[in-house]
Amino acid sequence: MRYMLMVCGDESDHEKSPEEMRKDHEGFAWYEEMNRRGVLRGGNRLRPGSDATTVRVRDDEVLLSDGPFAESREQMGGYDLIECADLDEAIEIASRHPIARSGAIEVRPLWET
Amino acid sequence: MRDDVRAAVAEAFREDWGRVVATLIRTTGDWDLAEDCAQGAFERALKTWPRDGIPRRPGAWLTTTARNLARDRLRRDAVGETKLREVASTSHHEDPDERDESGVSDDRLRLIFTCCHPALKVEARVALTLRTLAGLTTAEIARAFLVPEPTMAQRLVRAKRKIRNARIPYRVPPAHLLPERTGGVLAVLYLLFNEGYAATSGADLVRVDLSAEAMRLARTLTRLMPDEPEALGLLALMLLHDARRAARLGDDGEVVTLEEQDRSLWDREAIAEGVRLLDAAMRLGRPGPYRLQAAIAACHATAATAAETDWARIAVLYGELARLVPSPVVRLNRAVAVAMAEGPSAGLELVEVLAASGELAGYHLLPATRADLLRRLGRPEQAAAAYREALELVATDAERRYLNRRLAEVTNRP
Repeated sequence: MRYMLMVCGDESDHEKSPEEMRKDHEGFAWYEEMNRRGVLRGGNRLRPGSDATTVRVRDDEVLLSDGPFAESREQMGGYDLIECADLDEAIEIASRHPIARSGAIEVRPLWET
Repeated sequence: MRDDVRAAVAEAFREDWGRVVATLIRTTGDWDLAEDCAQGAFERALKTWPRDGIPRRPGAWLTTTARNLARDRLRRDAVGETKLREVASTSHHEDPDERDESGVSDDRLRLIFTCCHPALKVEARVALTLRTLAGLTTAEIARAFLVPEPTMAQRLVRAKRKIRNARIPYRVPPAHLLPERTGGVLAVLYLLFNEGYAATSGADLVRVDLSAEAMRLARTLTRLMPDEPEALGLLALMLLHDARRAARLGDDGEVVTLEEQDRSLWDREAIAEGVRLLDAAMRLGRPGPYRLQAAIAACHATAATAAETDWARIAVLYGELARLVPSPVVRLNRAVAVAMAEGPSAGLELVEVLAASGELAGYHLLPATRADLLRRLGRPEQAAAAYREALELVATDAERRYLNRRLAEVTNRP
């Protein structure tokens, strides 16, 4: 069963460069462990919402706006795709995610076909 | 229909509905199918038992019938083919010793832990538990919670969909999750009980007796988890509270305080059972919150008169409870017990600390308690002010009448 962990944290975290993030040992340990367990199926950090462009099409017209589609202090700053047995395991993995302590992790099951 | 058959079906419904549904969910993985086929099995029992007699093991008869109905349904349904293989294969290795990690074999326990999974909203946990384990209809649950039936139906549909789509496991949680999840199950049952207990003031006779359902489920849980002392504690707590039901309301519908209740109306049998269960549970290690609350309820229930209540022990028990459950309401109750044990000024001191903390701002029982203590200390002006403060916050008519009566007492004093 695959789940997307949508990692929501404070915007300031998103400003940190990958080098700065790598110094964060706790975060690094999580990725190492999850790789060892073989549950990670991909994932990435996102640049901050200020670098985002939101696209809508209304009446065949492409409408653009600068910024994320929902302005809020907590923004999706990255995602990790995991594959594990069930929601209990997904919750266990998410609860140990380094951002879970300061931000929030939304656990969403994927449509499986 | 013969009365004995009708009684046997009703009895089987109470005893076996949850078991039949739980087993079918495990074998088919389909909650709706499980409910439909359990329903179908009971309908068939109503038809055939009068003719063929009551089977020796009604539960087994119902489970087999429900499983056959499920098999027929899946056979008719082309997309059901994979599930059908599952039904067929699971019925082979279904020996009673089949256990999961937790060492539990009863499917009802899997069902109750899944219904009370923390990833579901609390109201969904309550509704699912009542529907699948207790066998209440959607309409009955909707009436019990005073919501329109379509709202309740939607709530059940959403919850079942999340269980399926997010793959909430159908199992008793493994050891490292068990204490926390058991606490979650007990919390749902206690919420259910309190919902029913609070509702007894309403004149709405069509409401299902939620307290009775909660007690029945708690009893089932104590059988399924005989080594879980907090489950025993919860059942004891429910019995001890429920034993006072007949004395809680006066003829005028006004709440009768514990002190003023007619103790001859208390259910002695229920109290005796509650105390017996509590004693057994207390022997199983350091008490958790339900055993402590049951012990407090037992102090009240076993006092021959209000004056003979062992308030010193109640104060100690509330002290222990406050350490486990950091709730200002528990601390307020402790203050009341201390006031009874050591005198109103000792209690007032604790109440003032709570009031200063601001944690109970807006809770009418804080000024109401202050008012009662001030009244007993012979400070009627301050008491009156506190009663007026409480009157501004109070929600129910019965409590308003009580406070007005007290207010009149302190203001009419010479």
